[in-house]
Amino acid sequence: MNAHERIGDAISAANDAGRPALVPFITAGYPEPEGFIATLKDVASVGDVVELGIPFSDPMKGVSLKWIFEQLDAAKGEIDAPLVMMSYLNPLLAFGYDDLAARALAAGVCAFIVPDLPYEESDDIRAALEAQGLGLIQLVTPATPDDRLRMLCEASRGFVYAVTITGITGGDAGLPADLTDYLGKVAGFADIPVCAGFGIRSPDDVAAVGKHAAGAIVGSALVEVLEKGEDPKPFLKALLG
Amino acid sequence: MSTLFAADEAKRLLDVAIKGDMPDDRGRFGPFGGRYVPETLVPAFDRLEAGVKEHLHDPAFQAEFQKELHEWVGRPTALTFAPRLSEAWGAEVWIKREDLAHTGAHKINNAIGQALLAKRLGAKRVIAETGAGQHGVASAAACARVGLPCAVFMGAVDMERQAPNVDRIRRLGAEVVAVETGDKTLRAAIDEALREWVTDPNGIYYLLGSAVGAHPYPYLVRELQSVIGKEARQQMLDQAGGLPDVAFACVGGGSNAIGLFHPLIADDIELIGVEAGGIGDGLGENAATLATGTPGVLQGSYTIILQDDDGQVQETQSVSAGLDYSGVGPEHALLQATGRVKYISARDDEALEALEELCATEGILTALETAHAYAAARIYAQENPGKRILIGNSGRGDKDMPTLTKIPPRIRS
Repeated sequence: MNAHERIGDAISAANDAGRPALVPFITAGYPEPEGFIATLKDVASVGDVVELGIPFSDPMKGVSLKWIFEQLDAAKGEIDAPLVMMSYLNPLLAFGYDDLAARALAAGVCAFIVPDLPYEESDDIRAALEAQGLGLIQLVTPATPDDRLRMLCEASRGFVYAVTITGITGGDAGLPADLTDYLGKVAGFADIPVCAGFGIRSPDDVAAVGKHAAGAIVGSALVEVLEKGEDPKPFLKALLG
Repeated sequence: MSTLFAADEAKRLLDVAIKGDMPDDRGRFGPFGGRYVPETLVPAFDRLEAGVKEHLHDPAFQAEFQKELHEWVGRPTALTFAPRLSEAWGAEVWIKREDLAHTGAHKINNAIGQALLAKRLGAKRVIAETGAGQHGVASAAACARVGLPCAVFMGAVDMERQAPNVDRIRRLGAEVVAVETGDKTLRAAIDEALREWVTDPNGIYYLLGSAVGAHPYPYLVRELQSVIGKEARQQMLDQAGGLPDVAFACVGGGSNAIGLFHPLIADDIELIGVEAGGIGDGLGENAATLATGTPGVLQGSYTIILQDDDGQVQETQSVSAGLDYSGVGPEHALLQATGRVKYISARDDEALEALEELCATEGILTALETAHAYAAARIYAQENPGKRILIGNSGRGDKDMPTLTKIPPRIRS
């Protein structure tokens, strides 16, 4: 079985249990590098898939890809949820795509999300990842034209990441009114699960998204909980109602 | 970085560039360039690219652009012979005076061109980023000229060291948005402007100020700035009786330099780009991207960037806000890799000294950015006596007075 197929299986298992899959997002080593693995274990104990962000624009001292892989190695076997790494392209490019794919597989990573890498520029890294059975997850947005949407859904591995607001994560905006049509359209094009992300903050949001998508990605709201130094488990459990 | 290609590949790529066939359809200058943008911005870039294809070389657009350059910007700008500087250096020095363009720098060429394009594309408002503030001033002025509202994103650090330009931008009717994230300079300002663009990709036109970023910006900005080199080339023939032996321009993102160099690449002229050497050679002590950087992807483009072994982009240091950037336009990366243009750096103190020398000998207060080009040209003149030197004087130095007043004069008291 390819590593990226573990993601779809985890999402399907949640759906079979009658609920949307929960995909929590954390930034590796944030807010404190020392607490990284403990936080990851907490989050992975509730989440079905965990999205792990690599710091870039505001890098943290010592939190490099190499460090993150070493931390993940040390926790091997203690985290069941499949891991998805989200990183801007340059740290991956600097690591070297072939080395990255081998190293990521060994550390339990199943797929990558690269927000500044559009499909047209992705051939090299996609080939390197797929050679190890890892996936490259594509993002789609409400503004994506249908022909492009079809192409991105076919190319995506693990799940399709449907951006639910036209914006970069971190804002206060709620879910858009035409969410239903949009998510339905994406699901129609995709053979793999669709997870919706950006702006999902509350149990109501998760329930609403869960009617039309296989999973909900929760980022900013979880970061706020972690920034306050609170236990993320009750927050995440509450999201599932 | 001239070891990136084998010699025959470098020559082939340079021939393509000289023929005018770069960038290709995917925005590539050889291996450099491209379009590394988030999916949320793909439709906006698609629309911009289609708009550039439709309008940029359309005769009606060009007529309107040329009319604005002439009647509003004040082009052609002068080519000035510098007799006293020539004597001091033992050279023949000619200065292309972009400081005489409206708003005081070359930035206006690009700003008015893109503002006219924004109007044609039906934009409801314009956003721009700025480092030294010159592009912010130019964008504010150009938007007022074409009747579009404008918001300028500016790093908090830059707002402090370029305070006069902040006030100018506001008085020209634009909003200044203070950027407190990241490095609080140009790089963070570009990130924030892109975030804003995502919120309304249909209504907003993003007026990028340098020949950097994702395709089509490096191409679009080069085309709009090439007026510098085209004019300078003809003026050299008319006034100096021949082309220069060497041309110097300062390089931050590189819009002024590509504007001067691009029309000269087929000629037998040595081309030298000068980056900010800051306070030293260490990582983080300068903004000498091409001189010390390595290939990577930054803000939309595969180019040469300042980064550590982990691919984390390094912060930069320079006395001049306009050169303080960790990346550089992808076409410069190609021109360096093919060996056509040489990129060197000048330190803060060398630039300041050159600025004072130019003031004292020719009565021209140049921008701190531009002063780096003079500093390098001065050393070149000492090593190569009797050369005919063209210097791209990208802007005037009035905006730098808050910085300059903190530094005691070295040449004259």
